[in-house]
Amino acid sequence: MTENKATVWEVFIQSKNGLAHKHFGNVHAEDKEMALQNARDLYTRRNEGSCIWVVKSENIVSSVPEDETSFFDPSNDKVYRHPTFYKMPDGAKHI
Amino acid sequence: MSEVLFQEKIDKEQKIEPKDWMPEGYRKHLIRQISQHAHSEIIGMQPEGNWISRAPSLRAKMILLAKVQDEAGHGLYLYSACETLGISREELNQQLHIGKAKYSSIFNYPTLTWADMGAIGWLVDGAAIVNQVSLQKTSYGPYSRGMVKICKEESFHQRQGYEIIAEMAKGTKEQKEMAQDALNRFWWPSIMMFGPHDSDSPRTGNAMKWKIKRKTNDELRQDFINKTVGQAELIGLTIPDPDLKWNEEKSSYDFGEINWEEFWSVVEGNGPCNEQRLNHHIKAHKDGAWVREAAKAYSKKQKN
Repeated sequence: MTENKATVWEVFIQSKNGLAHKHFGNVHAEDKEMALQNARDLYTRRNEGSCIWVVKSENIVSSVPEDETSFFDPSNDKVYRHPTFYKMPDGAKHI
Repeated sequence: MSEVLFQEKIDKEQKIEPKDWMPEGYRKHLIRQISQHAHSEIIGMQPEGNWISRAPSLRAKMILLAKVQDEAGHGLYLYSACETLGISREELNQQLHIGKAKYSSIFNYPTLTWADMGAIGWLVDGAAIVNQVSLQKTSYGPYSRGMVKICKEESFHQRQGYEIIAEMAKGTKEQKEMAQDALNRFWWPSIMMFGPHDSDSPRTGNAMKWKIKRKTNDELRQDFINKTVGQAELIGLTIPDPDLKWNEEKSSYDFGEINWEEFWSVVEGNGPCNEQRLNHHIKAHKDGAWVREAAKAYSKKQKN
């Protein structure tokens, strides 16, 4: 088979005004307009969205699962980032 | 990551994602299962597409169009999940065309009357739902998320089928006969959809251990039969199995022997429509080549 492969685009959909866009899946398309239309046809047949983003898969940079422990390690020893770390005087309200 | 760590993750009900380490057997099993599932959605458009131009009313026609479009969508969700395992859409299509990849054998049966649209929605989609609901909890993340989407849409399919067959069952004598005839032809192939008995299904062990499958073929088949018998009774149709009877002790239905010879013969390509289904897919793919080429040429032109 000598066919050229189409580009893969990742699809992010905002389900309702005010919410964040969420990853839904991907589509194959040759250009951005076609990617948007394909995403609309495939992922929003039942009013699932108010806005769609499409991004070429090759442009997405991901962390590596094997490095999860070391990559996210620095956040674990900084307990003072969490509000529960602090001692509040007895009777303090609205804080 | 070793196989031990991988299994620990599975046992803790954690999902496996595309970039995670996985045993080669796990990857292979998934590609085979997901692609077979995807091909079934796409090939499954043909027996129903057969009736779009002859639907008995505008309402029925619009519904059938929407349903067939959904099937295309489901196929695409699944191809998309399968591609995350490192196989391309082109390879998947090619494996289907050379007969290396299979699709559900139910679609190798012809749709002879309008009642068959009812039987397919009610029984075939009904059987698929039982399977898909359990697959929502499969261990592979992209497959699981695809299943969640599909299940949301699938119950419309089953209800539209049951509505058709229920309408016909309370219609004229001829219509009722047509409904019963569709049930007679689609019942056994539908319960064959779950595949061979667990004792004859060599891959079940790994699939369960890896939590790709969450229930075995026989468990799913029994679930489906238990759900469906009452639906047939309600609309006055008879399931064509003289051995079907309620078993109080195991509180589920006993049923007759499945004709596995027929099952394997259809899987191996000797069903009434195998050749027609595959040839049509190949033709549609070839006929569409110029559209793909034109789209590519247009996108190149835009860049220059």
